[in-house]
Amino acid sequence: MAIEVQNLHKSFGDKHVLQGIDFTFHKGKINMIIGASGSGKSVMLKSIVGLMEPDEGKVIFDGVDFHHCDMTTKRELRKNIGMLFQGSALFDSMTVEQNVTFPLQMFTKNSVAENRDRVAFVLERVKLPGSEKLYPSELSGGMMKRVGIARAIAMNPNYLFVDEPNSGLDPLTAKVIDELIQELTYEYEMTTVVVSHDMNSVVNIGDNIMFLYKGKKEWEGDNKAILAITSGPLEEFVFVSDLIRRN
Amino acid sequence: MYKLFYHIGRYVLLVRGIFKTPEKFSIYYQLAIREAVSMTNGSLFIVVIISTFIGGVQTIQIAYQLETGLLPDSIIGSVVAATSILELAPTVLSFILAGRIGSNIASQIGTMRVTEQIDALEVMGINSKGYLLIPRIVAGMISFPVLITISAFLMVVGGMFAGQAGGEVTVTEFSQGMTEYYDGFQIVVMYIKAVIYGFLISSISAYQGFYTSGGALEVGEASTRAVVFSCLAMVVADYLVAELLL
Ligand SMILES: Nc1ncnc2c1ncn2[C@@H]1O[C@H](COP(=O)(O)OP(=O)(O)OP(=O)(O)O)[C@@H](O)[C@H]1O
Ligand SMILES: [Mg+2]
Repeated sequence: MAIEVQNLHKSFGDKHVLQGIDFTFHKGKINMIIGASGSGKSVMLKSIVGLMEPDEGKVIFDGVDFHHCDMTTKRELRKNIGMLFQGSALFDSMTVEQNVTFPLQMFTKNSVAENRDRVAFVLERVKLPGSEKLYPSELSGGMMKRVGIARAIAMNPNYLFVDEPNSGLDPLTAKVIDELIQELTYEYEMTTVVVSHDMNSVVNIGDNIMFLYKGKKEWEGDNKAILAITSGPLEEFVFVSDLIRRN
Repeated sequence: MYKLFYHIGRYVLLVRGIFKTPEKFSIYYQLAIREAVSMTNGSLFIVVIISTFIGGVQTIQIAYQLETGLLPDSIIGSVVAATSILELAPTVLSFILAGRIGSNIASQIGTMRVTEQIDALEVMGINSKGYLLIPRIVAGMISFPVLITISAFLMVVGGMFAGQAGGEVTVTEFSQGMTEYYDGFQIVVMYIKAVIYGFLISSISAYQGFYTSGGALEVGEASTRAVVFSCLAMVVADYLVAELLL
């Protein structure tokens, strides 16, 4: 057990986007939220990490009720959360090094040298060594994702959230990013939650998958079970989407 | 009308929200200084050019209006200095700075909003309101007085030299008029205005940027709104300061 979502509800006006979701995201696994565009994947992710306040329900991070705990506990928990955004969300006024150092500077008492070492280490881990002095505008989409990952893991978090890691990437780069996320998840035993509508990633790296449909959890299982589906909205979703990549 | 109250309410909440869970003070301090330097430098050129010309034009126009010969020429110096210090340097210049600095703040923060950079701050557990607003508001309250001091000085100097060059009033007469009617309180009023405008422009523009949603188009709209609302707030504040202090 790692992150438990219980009876999660979220509406905008009279649009009931999440209608009572229950799901458990496991430690050391790639947990995936899949579903059609507009099905509420991003809303679910944002509700879990606290960028949105759910209308009802609980999100429990290893025993800590995230939406109902005191400020100090919340702040401590936040230091344990890393997130990679759909558009990478790098701070564009800062270099790669400053981006990755940023959380360290804000939340640790590390010396400048310690931070520099840590940055070099994580950049090495995402296979972008020596890119410290570049600005986000000088990076390709794939490189931005890697820096985004580097920044997300800089604090050595227990939980990693990823929104659409493959959007805007060519299939080959997409695969490399997927595998990087997988490698880091297994190595650091993080509880990783990936939102995706790319069936290739789902089949490639999804250990624990939930399918969101019309505000409800329609299906859950792993990436072997999902290919055995023969009927219903999930079948449509899986086999209508682009050709599944060979591995 | 309802919308106006909605915006004012949300603006007040935003400004109050910046003081919740402050981050490391040293980081804010550094950011504020950096912002103040960049605001000042970024606007210096336009301030210098505009102020000098406004000063010159004032002298020529006042001289033209006083061409009756009943009043001594030195009066020109006193009028130019007083209007520059009381109104033209702080208020008129701030309208220009609203366009330069306000739109810049709104588009910077707006871009951060639509590209999820603000979400990234929040996820890390940083109070994004404080992190983005405090340095900019402090910088506004520092750089406006600096720029407006330079402006007032250059308006007077510009006026002096335009008068000398055009033969309306000599430098000696001009400075004589200026010192004769000098009133230190005008300078106090000028700084009060400068600080208020610096606060209003930076906070209103930050508000517009912070609550942007959508994409590049909306960022552009937010930065236009930032300038318009800053200017509106400034005229109201200008009136209040005049009413209360003069
Ligand atoms: N801040 C908001 N205000 C109002 N409605 C919203 C808001 N955010 C999301 N929605 C609505 O919630 C629904 C789900 O949106 P969401 O972004 O979660 O979809 P998604 O599954 O992530 O889709 P995509 O794959 O396109 O990213 C949409 O209908 C959207 O219009
Ligand atoms: Mg989405």
